[in-house]
Amino acid sequence: MRVYHFTEQPYPAAWDHHQGSLRINLPNRLMDPKVAGDLFHRYYDEWLLADELGFDIMLNEHHATATCMSSACIVGLSILARQTKRARLLVLGYPLGHRPDPLRCAEELAAVDVISRGRLDMGFVKGVPYEFPVSNQNAVGVMDRFWDAHDFIVKAMSSHDEPFNWESEFFHYRHVNLWPRPYQQPHPPVWSTTGSPVNARILGERGYVMATLGTGYATRPLYDEYRKAYMAKWGKAPAADRFAYLGLVAVANTEAEARRIGKLVSVYLPSSAIVAPQFRNPPGYLSIEDNMRILRGNPRPRTGTKDGRFIDMRTAGVQELIDVGILFCGTPDQVYDQIVEFCDYCGGMGNLLMMGHAGAMSHEDTVTNLTLFSKEVMPRLKAYKQPVAEMVAA
Amino acid sequence: MPNPAVAVAPRAGGLPKVGGLRLEMIDRGEGRPLLFLHPGIGIDANAPVLDRLAAKARLIAPSHPGFGASELAPSMTTVDDLAYFYLDLMDEFDLRETIVVGVGLGAWIAAAIAVKSTARMSHLVMANAIGIKVGDRETRDIVDVFALLEPDFNKLAYFDPKAGERDYKSLPDDEVTAAARNRESLGRFAWQPYMHDPKLKGRLHRIRIPTLFLWGMHDRILSEGYGRAYCAAISGARFEPIENAGHFPHIEQPHSFADRVLAFAGL
Repeated sequence: MRVYHFTEQPYPAAWDHHQGSLRINLPNRLMDPKVAGDLFHRYYDEWLLADELGFDIMLNEHHATATCMSSACIVGLSILARQTKRARLLVLGYPLGHRPDPLRCAEELAAVDVISRGRLDMGFVKGVPYEFPVSNQNAVGVMDRFWDAHDFIVKAMSSHDEPFNWESEFFHYRHVNLWPRPYQQPHPPVWSTTGSPVNARILGERGYVMATLGTGYATRPLYDEYRKAYMAKWGKAPAADRFAYLGLVAVANTEAEARRIGKLVSVYLPSSAIVAPQFRNPPGYLSIEDNMRILRGNPRPRTGTKDGRFIDMRTAGVQELIDVGILFCGTPDQVYDQIVEFCDYCGGMGNLLMMGHAGAMSHEDTVTNLTLFSKEVMPRLKAYKQPVAEMVAA
Repeated sequence: MPNPAVAVAPRAGGLPKVGGLRLEMIDRGEGRPLLFLHPGIGIDANAPVLDRLAAKARLIAPSHPGFGASELAPSMTTVDDLAYFYLDLMDEFDLRETIVVGVGLGAWIAAAIAVKSTARMSHLVMANAIGIKVGDRETRDIVDVFALLEPDFNKLAYFDPKAGERDYKSLPDDEVTAAARNRESLGRFAWQPYMHDPKLKGRLHRIRIPTLFLWGMHDRILSEGYGRAYCAAISGARFEPIENAGHFPHIEQPHSFADRVLAFAGL
């Protein structure tokens, strides 16, 4: 198993001053650039430590929010491409739905792949709903635009003999010729996220790495949709390395200390949900059927426990988050057991996207969390033999 | 890839084909044709304004492609596409001397039709119209309705916000589907540039038929100044305020609205 250390690079000093929204309309005067500069340096120091400890690295991007200062993920990727030595660099996600210019995307990512000498993983996503009002891209038809941008980027990265032409419904270029071209051939691995069975099948057909976030023990049905489509296309079961899962992690030498850290790291969940409601559902982002459910006040639940209970992540306590498979928390033995139990239940999961820091968690707590995990849990996870599920649901 | 665009509403299968699309359409009354183009919230077949208009004209009131139960062609992404669709519709039905009436988004479509051809039109009526840019680049002419929850939208859009309230829990499936499709389709056609076509204002001089602007004076989605500037860009257009009505004067003052339309068209 690979383990990617992830933090959203938050700006928690502003979190106490929100009027019901940490995103989109929170005035940026609540950010002190000097504090932000220090925080960035600290987060990069922790990623450099993660590189030394044997982790891979994940970063992401959000817009107009105090929950994530990475508003242009290419900045973080560029720094880490130069400064880290060995870690894979996963961007998840790189929001194609908000990008007007996929040529620029291909150029940025290819350069990062070259500078890192082939360590980039490209996690393409459409983007979260409440950021469409910021990017002003249209959420109606975003998946069509997403796949068109994806197809363009892959072609740009894998075409080497002459400039090519691209005149689609969404994007228009006449002389595409990527310099530098990517280090990995034919292109860096493609990842994506999903919470929907339809997209799980599309990713399975393409054989891309599929990550889920916040799905808990409701992850298995999505993996199985992927497996069905993968089997149909490729004639064999997908290996565990085709699956990734975002888990919050708090590990310590005593259970009590781990739960203290668990509480700090799980602040990510309620804080993420603090969005002014009028921005949450731009037209076209969700299907007509989902919008009918919302109009009627019956939105679709996402996160389940093994025994089928649904948990509200915004209000759940540490034990509930452990039960639901969102938080892996405890002594090294407990954390190892929880992760392996989750992998077994899912029929194999080869990439743990470990949120090892969140919110106002201190540098010291983060370093302890990463270091203990790397010494006591990671070696055993590397040795753990993944099940390879044929597709039958547990 | 599967197209996530507006799903076809369940009722569409039984609808007549117009311009190649299954279209939900009211065709009521006799006399001169009156094409009524609804605003972004769609159309209620039982709205009193429709009967009032149909008493003295042949009222043709479709749900725009993608709205209500009407089918959408995936290639349709702009208000110009809708304008060409209605030009085809007027040809297909051989409508002559048509009174084209639009409210809000419908008025934008009506203007987009009229700048292309008024060959089948006698009169144009635009109520609380959107579709052009009036203010400077840092002034949003039209309130961002996609950044409003429905109760807040109702407070700005109606003279009496109760007129906009709907209990989705008790509405039948087809009406809830229509509400969801209406919102998605409004986003499709008007998300960006927001609620206007930057080219339209410079083409309004092409409209040379009698034009009436009706304006619900309690509209706080649009300002009266916006309406008057829009009106002034069309040669000879007349501006008539309607009191005790907001963005949807055809709903809040149906008799006054219909009577002014009919009188303007000489009916």
